[in-house]
Amino acid sequence: MNPAVQPFDLNYALCCVLVLLIPLALAGVALLNAGLGRVRSAAQAMLGSVLLIAVAAVVYTIIGFSFTGYFGLPQHSILIKGQSFGWLAALPLGLRRWQIQGSPAGLAALFQIFAVGLAVIIPWGAGADRWRLRAGAVSAALFAAITYPLFAHWAWGGGWLTQLGTRFGMGKGFLDAAGAGAIHATGGLTALAIVWLAGSRHGKYHIGHPPSVFPGHNMVYALYGGLLALAGWFGLNGAGAILFGGVTASSIPLIAANTLLAASGAFLATLTVTSLRFGKPDASLCANGWMAGLVTSSAICAWVSPLAALLAGAFIGCAVPPLAELLELYCGADDPTGAITVHAGGGLWGLLALGLLGYTGAPRGGQILAQLVGIATLLGFVLPLTYALNWLIGRFTPHRVAPEGERVGMDMHELGAGAYPEFVIHADDFFLR
Amino acid sequence: MKVPGLILLFVGWLLVLAALVVLPAAAARDAFILAGLLVELLGLGLLVRAQYDSREVSR
Repeated sequence: MNPAVQPFDLNYALCCVLVLLIPLALAGVALLNAGLGRVRSAAQAMLGSVLLIAVAAVVYTIIGFSFTGYFGLPQHSILIKGQSFGWLAALPLGLRRWQIQGSPAGLAALFQIFAVGLAVIIPWGAGADRWRLRAGAVSAALFAAITYPLFAHWAWGGGWLTQLGTRFGMGKGFLDAAGAGAIHATGGLTALAIVWLAGSRHGKYHIGHPPSVFPGHNMVYALYGGLLALAGWFGLNGAGAILFGGVTASSIPLIAANTLLAASGAFLATLTVTSLRFGKPDASLCANGWMAGLVTSSAICAWVSPLAALLAGAFIGCAVPPLAELLELYCGADDPTGAITVHAGGGLWGLLALGLLGYTGAPRGGQILAQLVGIATLLGFVLPLTYALNWLIGRFTPHRVAPEGERVGMDMHELGAGAYPEFVIHADDFFLR
Repeated sequence: MKVPGLILLFVGWLLVLAALVVLPAAAARDAFILAGLLVELLGLGLLVRAQYDSREVSR
């Protein structure tokens, strides 16, 4: 899909403003991660988010964008039956001035510096309360240098997934307006790899008993994080749709409405399901429902009607509580922030929903197939790759904190001080026992 | 079980790629893409089972 943005036109100017809203999404997810973790790990959770964003920004600027590229820029291709398929961008290492100033590629680079920052704090939330800072930083660096650029090039940089439409008649090729696949599914699948590699928190699973519940320490953070993320998502979805979806600035009202409606549908559905299930709404699951709706909207925002966005959001909102339970009870995945459910589940569902509900101007069957090929790539390539990379990291620097560190809390163990030293809610959260 | 699960995931993706490149007829290609996805789901199931069995359990 060719981008609608050209240097110095209205789309370019609007896109600049929208891209600069994206850090609010990062702030929202970081706040949500901190709120849904335990009180004795809150400072480490927030510091870790900032650290991982910084590492990802540096690594992506130096290495990542060279592999990601953009439409029309040089890329390595494989020639099969006389047709070339792009598999990796071929740009010089390190962003050059020509790339960042006055060109759509520069905007795409800036967008993706923020996008990769958002993606790396998804697994950070899933590894809360036991994932070490050093291992998290190394994991973020490899994600920004290898995992993200590969898939982002295929989906956004003119790679083979975008060529499915022209080469094989599959609709308009794989579509992912604002990163449901490239950002959220890659981040969510990395989160799945991390919770499996780092293991569950001590005391989570017991023989013959259901898993223990470790409630998030601050639901206000979690819900406010969701609201903050909404503002960021307007920028993410708007700029992404213009840069990678080929829509123009005239579609921004539809994109904004669809973003809000998908999140609202998901939130209301989760609230209803948890009210019916537990008798009262569950605040942490409702925050996750809202976020899952936002993630779903990242795929569909530019190509569905507002009613379809509401329905797609409501579906994932209904799915969040059982999916979170399924992961915890039957997959051995101790995910304190629900990152896998929200970002992997919401992202994959959004990509499929675009095929099922979207109006792209191409035959629906072909579009569904293109979306399925993208989903197959995420599950069959990205998950094994990110699992293998993180397994390798674990050989050199352990993912999991020592048992003593888990006992005293990540704040005391890794930072030497608690998040709320003068406002102790649970005395035993801060003091050695 | 973890390694076979990961291998099955990757093999399912290779099946999808092969279907795209090798099969010119749309019906056969689509069927093999779906088959590749099913192989991936099988691999994911194996991986989930292996991880569940190896999770840390307290007494």
